[in-house]
Amino acid sequence: MIQADITTEETMADHDRGSIETKRRRLLQAGASAVALGVVPGAGQLASNAQGAFDWKKFKGEKIEIFLVKSPRGDLLTKYHKEFEDLTGITVNSEMIPEQQQRQKAVIEFNSGNTSFDVIAISYHVQKRLFGKNKWLEDIRPMMADKSLADPNLDFADFAKGGLAYATQADGRVDSLPLNLDPWVVYYNKELFAAKNIAYPKTFAEMVDVAARLNDPSKGVCGFVARGLKNANVPVWSSFLLGNGGAFVDANGKLTTDTPEAVDAAKMYQTLLAKSGPQGVAGFNWNEAQSLFLQGKAAMWLDGIGFAQPLEDPTKSRIVGKVGYGVMPAGPKQQVSALFGDGEGISTYSKKKGPSWFYLQWASNKANQTRVLQAAAGAPVRNSAYAAAQSSSDFKAPKEWVECMLTSARIAQPGLPVIAPVNEFRDVFGIALTNMINGADPAAELKKATAEFQPILDKSEKA
Amino acid sequence: MSTAATPPARGAAFLARRRRNYFLFIAPALLVVGAVIIFPWLYTIWMSAFDWTIGSTAHYVGLGNYEKIFTSRRFGEAVLHTFYFTALAVIAPLVIGTWAAMVFHREFPFRGVLRGLFIMPMMATPVAVALVWTMMFHPQQGVLNYLLSLVGLPPSLWVYSPTLVIPSLVLVEVWHWTPLVMLIVLGGLAALPTEPYESARLDGATEWQLFRYITLPLVAPFILVAAVIRTIDALKAFDTIYVITGGGPGTASETINLFLYLQAFSFYNIGTASAVVVVFFVIVLAMALLLLYVRERTKWTSA
Repeated sequence: MIQADITTEETMADHDRGSIETKRRRLLQAGASAVALGVVPGAGQLASNAQGAFDWKKFKGEKIEIFLVKSPRGDLLTKYHKEFEDLTGITVNSEMIPEQQQRQKAVIEFNSGNTSFDVIAISYHVQKRLFGKNKWLEDIRPMMADKSLADPNLDFADFAKGGLAYATQADGRVDSLPLNLDPWVVYYNKELFAAKNIAYPKTFAEMVDVAARLNDPSKGVCGFVARGLKNANVPVWSSFLLGNGGAFVDANGKLTTDTPEAVDAAKMYQTLLAKSGPQGVAGFNWNEAQSLFLQGKAAMWLDGIGFAQPLEDPTKSRIVGKVGYGVMPAGPKQQVSALFGDGEGISTYSKKKGPSWFYLQWASNKANQTRVLQAAAGAPVRNSAYAAAQSSSDFKAPKEWVECMLTSARIAQPGLPVIAPVNEFRDVFGIALTNMINGADPAAELKKATAEFQPILDKSEKA
Repeated sequence: MSTAATPPARGAAFLARRRRNYFLFIAPALLVVGAVIIFPWLYTIWMSAFDWTIGSTAHYVGLGNYEKIFTSRRFGEAVLHTFYFTALAVIAPLVIGTWAAMVFHREFPFRGVLRGLFIMPMMATPVAVALVWTMMFHPQQGVLNYLLSLVGLPPSLWVYSPTLVIPSLVLVEVWHWTPLVMLIVLGGLAALPTEPYESARLDGATEWQLFRYITLPLVAPFILVAAVIRTIDALKAFDTIYVITGGGPGTASETINLFLYLQAFSFYNIGTASAVVVVFFVIVLAMALLLLYVRERTKWTSA
């Protein structure tokens, strides 16, 4: 189960509801595809009611406000809004601002008890728990179950499980539809690997070893590069932590970030970045790491999967055609790809929930998801998008990238804890990790960070 | 007072009426000041007494937030970083700017064009400037390390090193804002009388003496204006630091502003952030008083 590393409370809740749902659904209908729906309570009802009268024109003449994040995916949706307007007769007014500002504005508006938007784009890895705890987004299960509101072609079985798990809150509410997944992968420079006759690593131990062997400061080549900048660097450590079988928080809400698994992950982080990483990596975000990799000066780069486009663009990259897309190597306990993702939900303060729900269904439909992949703007949640995009002639992403994405999505687990103060978590542990690159002791740093963050976590769960 | 000079009864009534009328005139201004300055201030102080994170209920904690920040090592370091950054980012542009003003005050060919070129950096958008400098600072691919290698120096880590990060950030500030100091001081130089120089030359004064005993005291008020403007700018510096380092590596360049931003807009700890604002305000007030005091002193010496 994808959420197994989060608190047992959540896992139990999912589990119970999942099994009840499964039993009920088995009474209602039989079908292999339904198993895939088990993660999302309510989806079963949707499938059983799907034959009813559904009319896209039901809310003709209404007007809704959409609040998106400025990104290639936001651009794509905005570009095709006319299509939605023609289909439904609903007028769409959308606003698109950069991620940081979008998140701040959203929190402030929700907190004021009134929002200027009906539909909002959210990032699960940052906002899931905060939004879920405050019930800021509408539970869409009733609308999914209502046959006059749910598009019979919605086809929930087509959504990747990781995405559906992300969209489901601990208490079973489904308050968004997932649109995009961002599992972490290892980009590697095939030319550098071939020059020393080295194969892509299969385990953590091999990864550390390979990084050290490929590190060649005299030629300006580093064996491994990833984010060292505080806050941004936490998912790199999470990637190792999850593979070690570690977790962020235990069943009782206690941090498990100073356990032997966590310390081992931190040591691996320190070894890879300080010994096989470039000079100054403590200040690197993804863009510095990317530019180094683009120039052929890094053998491996661990980051989100969404960077294929610049790597394969001859005007930006010196390594076109030489990039390998590697699934995260297996840790001592398991093979996990740290997962990030985003979707869209309906503001609980919206007065136009029906039209907003229509928008959600349109935004996540197969055509829109395929467009995302064709434009290499991200990694869509719908499995069908991959087959559809690959069959089209103007699809440019390498086949290896698509395979890497599909494999990674199958072994993905959330790359950050599902808690409200995610930013503070990233800040506190990010500083600890940066200190390690500059020589601090991993065990001591993690102990300090855990002690500092525990009260913050306790407070957020109490309030 | 003036009442003694006017007939008593009529004068008092007149003054009372005048006072009433004045009050009507200042009412709009008072209202605006009250709404945009006084009220937010009182409200900030009020909020600083609560433990309030957006998305949860607020609890009254009295001075708890102040206790929290004063016992926080990180906040203490942020204050030190702020002073360190401000001191460097005020003194360096003042020295270089004054020197540049002296140079540009002389007559030489193409002076106008060169002056124009010199003030170009000032016109650039801070965030754009910061982004360009970020690329220039890149330890492997940045142009700065390439330039160092041309003159045979070893590469530097610039903003990627915890110890060099603040001086490197100041370098950006210096490049960006020295022209402003130069303009202000140049204005001062243009207004100087020529007689003291002529008589000093007759008495056999050297160039250094001319500068030290005539020019410097006479342009001191202008330099002080530049110092005040630079201090304000340096204290509130945010965009450059946020874009280039985000306060990093670790917390090595985290100033009060960065700390405040994180508390308010990243962690949503409104109570703590309000307390930081109040403390920051006290610091700014203290520095303003210090500058006023220095200004009074320079007036006295030049008189």
